[in-house]
Amino acid sequence: MSAAEEVVAEGHEAVEAVPKRAMTLGTGTSVVVLLLLIAVPLFAKNFVIFQLTQLLYLGLAVLALNILTGGSGQFSLGQSAFYGIGAYITAVMMEQFNIPYFLCLPVAGVLCFGVGFLFGQPALRLSGVYLALATFALATAMPQLLKLNFLEPWTGGVQGLVVTKPDAPFGLKMSQDMWLYYFTLVVVLAIYVASVNLLRSRSGRAFMAIRDNEIAASAMGVNVALYKTLAFGVSAAITGVAGGLSAIAVQFVAPDSFTITLAIQLFLGMVVGGVGWLPGSIVGAAFIIFVPNIAEGISKGLSGAVFGVLLFLVIYLVPHGARQLAILGQQLAGRLRKN
Amino acid sequence: MDLFTNQVLAGIATGAIYACMALAVVMIYQAIDHLNFAQGEMAMFSTFVSWQLMQWGVPYWGAFVITLAFAFVGGIVIERVLFKPLAKAPILTNVAGFIALFSIINSSAGLIWDFTIKQYPTPFGSSPFLGSQLISTHQAGMIGVTVLLLIGLFFFFQYTRIGLAMRAAASLPESARLVGINTSWMIALGWGMASAIGAIAGMLIAPVVFLEPNMMGGVLLYGFAAAVLGGLTSPFGAVVGGFLVGIFENLAGTYIPGVGNELKLPIALALIISVLVVKPAGLFGRHIVKRV
Repeated sequence: MSAAEEVVAEGHEAVEAVPKRAMTLGTGTSVVVLLLLIAVPLFAKNFVIFQLTQLLYLGLAVLALNILTGGSGQFSLGQSAFYGIGAYITAVMMEQFNIPYFLCLPVAGVLCFGVGFLFGQPALRLSGVYLALATFALATAMPQLLKLNFLEPWTGGVQGLVVTKPDAPFGLKMSQDMWLYYFTLVVVLAIYVASVNLLRSRSGRAFMAIRDNEIAASAMGVNVALYKTLAFGVSAAITGVAGGLSAIAVQFVAPDSFTITLAIQLFLGMVVGGVGWLPGSIVGAAFIIFVPNIAEGISKGLSGAVFGVLLFLVIYLVPHGARQLAILGQQLAGRLRKN
Repeated sequence: MDLFTNQVLAGIATGAIYACMALAVVMIYQAIDHLNFAQGEMAMFSTFVSWQLMQWGVPYWGAFVITLAFAFVGGIVIERVLFKPLAKAPILTNVAGFIALFSIINSSAGLIWDFTIKQYPTPFGSSPFLGSQLISTHQAGMIGVTVLLLIGLFFFFQYTRIGLAMRAAASLPESARLVGINTSWMIALGWGMASAIGAIAGMLIAPVVFLEPNMMGGVLLYGFAAAVLGGLTSPFGAVVGGFLVGIFENLAGTYIPGVGNELKLPIALALIISVLVVKPAGLFGRHIVKRV
């Protein structure tokens, strides 16, 4: 390779620029996916429905990270902290104060927005690995903070808190799992549509300008500090809602469910799905839920190694994640249409 | 006052380990601009290799030298086989690669040597150092080895051709290539050295935390923290950062009420974030000015 090429390649950023249009699926594909998401639970067993619910809310958490990293170019390893806060707020409100679950979620979102926005303030001065370390610190501190003694009357300390699963309303003849699935689907779809619109709006363009070149963005009049903290806040809010949904679905919260491992999983989900490609979030969530099971199936003792090898295969074959596959598919379809 | 001196000395001793780990972190960071999340697992694996050698009857220092060679070659092989193809991939893809490597090494070590905790010998003995009750000879030995290592690295980078070539490759790859330095192999060399330094850290800390596949988790964290605190571009800073983190961790655990052992890590990290907010390049790091 010539030196000139290397110089060009050297400017490689943490996050590659994804064009605005390429962030979503086409209308046709979206409708098919939506119909599938609505139809599948009607024919599936309760356990499968539970797994699909899990897929949805983890996908939502990956989406939140995608908005932060793919949108504004900030890298976070601390998403598990916001996820945990959201889950705990939901659980505590439902169990200790008997507030209905659908009211808890927006509260969790708003409070997490506040936490994320505040955390974004000192994080403003950091970027790259430094920001990764700061968010990492938040993630490691969170399980310890949740165990604190004076919070114990609400949080149940190390024991955690059991959450009751809601019944289907209006006398609908539906299992609890199925109702929760559709409820989650509605919440996730609403947030997905809102996120797409956010990234296409003026604020979204500001995020992306900061991601591509912070100095140029500020020279064009973008309030860098405001939009960076805003991205943190929005991402934390969505992660909080995802955490709340998980608390209801799993029916249990405990400090050790929200460790750094969760943050790493969400990060892997984002990379596997394709950074900046929002539909990839679900693909990424599927990867982090199902691939460990597959690895376990291949070899019990070496499941971690098998998982690592599979992960390496994915990043060798498709370094840009599922988005690369989608682009390939699109090109293939275009070529077929031409012939 | 006795308690205070005691805690500071104990902090310096554990700080020596963090300093070793931070040195390894900085070595790789200089070479490839990434934090290697699998560094701790690589060190753990090397430590297990030395333990296995000793089980087979190799004396301590023999095992030590063989392990260093193993770690050095292993680091180069990992770079050549796994990470060279990723050199042009986005940074986040590289991070995913490190996590995959972490998972592979951790799980393999668990399968080969299982997860039971093993005793690891110390070459220095565990009696009190020079008759004082404050630190043991092993702790003194850890400090000594770290200081020697730092001096060795200083001479290597300052006075040898290959050290100079490595520095050139890290700071200005294109220009280095123009004067005939094989930058690709310099990166591999950086991996090898980082891996060997990590192995030293692993073998020094194994008598303290005992030998098991997850032993390096906390140590690597503090190593990162120390490297970032000292400045990721400065090996000297990494060592100072390591000692500072060790001392602060011990003092915070002793004197700040309600911290204890549980909150030690978050407190140490909080300190580092506060330092970074004031001085974003770390204590001894160069501030890099970017052109638009």
